Amino acid sequence: MKGFSARLLIPVISLAILLCAVFYLQPRTMSYLGLNLLFNLAVPIALATIAQMIIMSVNDLDLSIGTFVSFAACVTAAFMPETPLLAIAILLAAIAAYAVLGFVITLQSLPSIVVTLGMSFVWGGLAVLILPSPGGQAPDWLRSIMTVKPPLMPMAIVASIIIALVSHFIIMRTTFGVAIRGAGGNGRSLVRAGWSLLKIKAAAYALAAFFAILSGMALVGLTTAADANIALRYTLLSIAGVILGGGEFVGGRVSPIGAVVGALTLTLAASFLSFLHISPDWQIGAQGAILIVVLGLRLIFNFGKRKGSAS
Amino acid sequence: MNFKTVIMASVAMLCAAAPLSAQADTSSKKIALSNNYAGNSWRQAMLTSWDKVASEAVKSGVVAAGDAFTTAENQATEQAAQIQNMILQGYDAIVVNAASPTALNGAVKEACDAGITVVSFDGIVTEPCAWRIAVDFKEMGRSQVEYLSGRFPDGGNLLEVRGLAGVFVDDEISAGIHAGVEQFPQFKIVGSVHGDWAQDVAQRAVAGVLPSLPEVVGVVTQGGDGYGAAQAFAAANRPTPVIVMGNREDELQWWKEQKDANGYETMSVSIAPGVSTLAFWVAQQVLDGQDVPKDLTVPFLSISQDTLEESLKSTQKGGVANVEYALEDAKAVISGAK
Repeated sequence: MKGFSARLLIPVISLAILLCAVFYLQPRTMSYLGLNLLFNLAVPIALATIAQMIIMSVNDLDLSIGTFVSFAACVTAAFMPETPLLAIAILLAAIAAYAVLGFVITLQSLPSIVVTLGMSFVWGGLAVLILPSPGGQAPDWLRSIMTVKPPLMPMAIVASIIIALVSHFIIMRTTFGVAIRGAGGNGRSLVRAGWSLLKIKAAAYALAAFFAILSGMALVGLTTAADANIALRYTLLSIAGVILGGGEFVGGRVSPIGAVVGALTLTLAASFLSFLHISPDWQIGAQGAILIVVLGLRLIFNFGKRKGSAS
Repeated sequence: MNFKTVIMASVAMLCAAAPLSAQADTSSKKIALSNNYAGNSWRQAMLTSWDKVASEAVKSGVVAAGDAFTTAENQATEQAAQIQNMILQGYDAIVVNAASPTALNGAVKEACDAGITVVSFDGIVTEPCAWRIAVDFKEMGRSQVEYLSGRFPDGGNLLEVRGLAGVFVDDEISAGIHAGVEQFPQFKIVGSVHGDWAQDVAQRAVAGVLPSLPEVVGVVTQGGDGYGAAQAFAAANRPTPVIVMGNREDELQWWKEQKDANGYETMSVSIAPGVSTLAFWVAQQVLDGQDVPKDLTVPFLSISQDTLEESLKSTQKGGVANVEYALEDAKAVISGAK
């Protein structure tokens, strides 16, 4: 429990500092509507980050998350309103494809980066086939979910909390979640304990695909339509979100709540820079600088902790 | 400091007394430009034009602000977030050159619901609450054939240089060219190559197809490819046909040289990057409470034999011929659409 809170401390503090800065720069954001506008596009990013986090917890990396989310968005926008059964069938097939991917990657000990990079072209191609020109339509129920106005807190905040809690429960509290993290931490001992690494990784990939599909659907609910390139940025955003939220590339060390916080921080960083009127030429650099500062904080923090425990 | 204030005050007085005060209704309004991409000469010229016209309008008190924002990467999700930030920043109108015609609709709807005027141009959005200033690419293609029919009443063979395969703009211009050939059946398209809107690609593509072509009287193009086509004809020692140009500086320069050397005649047509300023004035007119139709069409910037020198002089090296629109131009476009 102590390790858990320490891992979460830095992401939460970074988010709080950025939020205060944004409130100061633009007091208009300090309202129900303002918070919703600030964070609603973070909801699909948070879901994609959770998907990436699940892949990362088994020591793999998914470079196709962005195109896969785009693909899911295209399927949703093209088929969900008219032929929902077809849309669900395609999405289930996509989840199965991810499970097979996890299976093959483990069976042949293939580098996941190469396989998913290759798959990103497959998903991108399928997305263009399904929606050759930008368009489609968000189903009404999806649109109303994403624009619902709950009392007390705006949708974006409520959704983020739900995503964080649900994924925390799955990854940190269930046997299945422990197995996934174990596969990343020490796969061999897991096998010795009688688990099948193949099954665990296939299931982890399938679960990741499920969250990525939710991300695509949430995105369509917000934008009302899709195009084949809609979420390309999510690949790198999701990796940055996981790392920012206290996760690590190896060893099954991840934090679902941290990942959601990381996704929110990334979104907020972009708004912060835009409120500062920083020229776009500098924005990518400034965004990178924020990332480096947060990660630097973590290094210092970890270093201090190690020193503390050694003495 | 005091002196400065006095100067400022008198400038403000002067501005108030100027005839522009007829639009005083919008003097407290803030307009923002949401741009998705700044990586080529056309977009750079577009931003420069915006900056010039918007800062003048701010100085003369027509509007309170005319800020331009460009997303760091050409991504619809990022631009949607940018538009939502603009809502929070309290802009009264948002002018958009959109990364996607549909993926911004959610953010545009949020803006409309917040009472903000949204005007999209060039890259337009399909959300019904926004205004659209669209380019009639079909007409751009058709008008080239119409011009050639004036030059060659008996018709002849044409070579078509297309743009980047699979892009909407390429399909539209090409469809317009083919519609033009149907309208003037004395012409026949004997070859069609993809020049990707780049002179070097166009030169290679035309050079590759030339040996198999009969005599060609005209080359219809999409812009950014006329100079390359001319080079290919010269390298193959074939007589230079009438090549329609696309307002690029190198194309105009070549045309000028030919005109001086042997009286070469052609025309040039494209969209001026200054269309951003047209969108600015349309947004201002909407804020002013004018009745503006939701769908407007961008006028083409055509260069003829007579206006060549003048256009070339005002075009930057390596740039595109440009024109900044004034309030009157916007009014003309609006009344033309009614």
